[in-house]
Amino acid sequence: MSSQANKEMDQNTLWGGKISPFSVSYGKMMMWFFLVSDALTFSGLLIAVGFFRHKYANIWPVSEEVFHALPFLGHAHFPLIYVALMTFILIVSSVTMVLAVEAGHRMDQKGVQKWLALTVIGGLFFLLSQVWEWSHFIHGSDIGALKVHGEVLRNYDVNEESIVGHGVIAQWAGKDGKKLEYIENIEANEEQREKLEHLTHELHHSSDIYIDDLIPIQKEYKALMKELGLSLRLPSADKDGKYYVLTPEETVKAISTGKPVFGANLYENEYGAKQYGQFFFFVTGFHGFHVFSGVVINFIILLGVSKGTYQRRGHYEMVEKIGLYWHFIDLVWVFVFTFFYLV
Amino acid sequence: MERDDVIEYSLDAHHSEEEGKRIRKKVMKVTVILSVLTMVEVAMGIIASGWAGIKWEIIKYTFIVLTMIKAGYIVMIFMHLGDERKGLTWAVLIPYFFFAAYLIFICLFEGATKMP
Repeated sequence: MSSQANKEMDQNTLWGGKISPFSVSYGKMMMWFFLVSDALTFSGLLIAVGFFRHKYANIWPVSEEVFHALPFLGHAHFPLIYVALMTFILIVSSVTMVLAVEAGHRMDQKGVQKWLALTVIGGLFFLLSQVWEWSHFIHGSDIGALKVHGEVLRNYDVNEESIVGHGVIAQWAGKDGKKLEYIENIEANEEQREKLEHLTHELHHSSDIYIDDLIPIQKEYKALMKELGLSLRLPSADKDGKYYVLTPEETVKAISTGKPVFGANLYENEYGAKQYGQFFFFVTGFHGFHVFSGVVINFIILLGVSKGTYQRRGHYEMVEKIGLYWHFIDLVWVFVFTFFYLV
Repeated sequence: MERDDVIEYSLDAHHSEEEGKRIRKKVMKVTVILSVLTMVEVAMGIIASGWAGIKWEIIKYTFIVLTMIKAGYIVMIFMHLGDERKGLTWAVLIPYFFFAAYLIFICLFEGATKMP
């Protein structure tokens, strides 16, 4: 075995069998193997996200349009800046952890104490950020979305292709069932088109409209839709790539009876596929639970450092092992950030 | 009480003051790299998606490559896997990559199969 005894070893390093595989202690090696298995769990989750994302490709929300708010700024448009900030907090707390391990190697008790305490604070900041993000996601936007035939119609394509109904900008189809590309393509006389554009404009530029304010606008819309014979096209296609188009009568009914949806939970999601919400809660929740337990263990070890337990023991390997776990949490977040939010 | 069943001591558990300085310098360098890469990713997501003529696929693959670079720095420098014995490095990386590659393969190839 060439992997051991490259260096002269302390007798204490040897395991029960009087050798030390890879010249590491039992605890450190087992931490590595635990991390490998945990990494595979997260890989499985993220690959499952990819799978569902493909399955529901046309109703999968774009994360940049879901997570674009910052605390104290209402619904300002800063796509993913808050998530990037969370990533940065976690990277910084990972750095303070490396510095704690490094101080431990120099038997610098005060240094370990300082850096480990900062790591605990960083972890708490991350957890609080996550609480804010969850609550923001659960509450959703002011406008909400309309649930028709079990599907959520939402205004994430704010352009001429879409027309508003019930605080929602939905996709509409003409009499022939084809999607209307532009508002100009609608067969309507000048007066009707003007009315349509006016209504669309009214909703596009007022983000503070609530359901009550919508009803009068909606009424006008309904009348106009009936007149023009327009119908609603549901956002998700079936297996053969065909979209379901409601009849004009169904459309009028759907607009008046459709249920408004605000925010996301495990059953529905204002932003699109409910699977997006389910995976969001499970993946970030599972990661958040890792952060939570990491903070707790870091804190316990911080107590040990402060009491001088490891100073007396002669080494700070305990800090190194929890350090591995803490870096792993950062590592997982880097992947969650890319595969859940960015891609 | 001395326990001989649990040994929590390994090689490279201590280093000198100068070595510490060198390590801290390296840590700072890696911190800057990781932060810059994250900012580049976010900026790309905002700006590049508006560029005409650039395929979203290219941006996607760039994201994945940047993520792999970040992961490499975290594992090799922060977690010191690069400083361990080669045997441990491979004992960690090979099983992980084997199963992760298998998962991706099975998802891509079997996930798209239509039942007859």
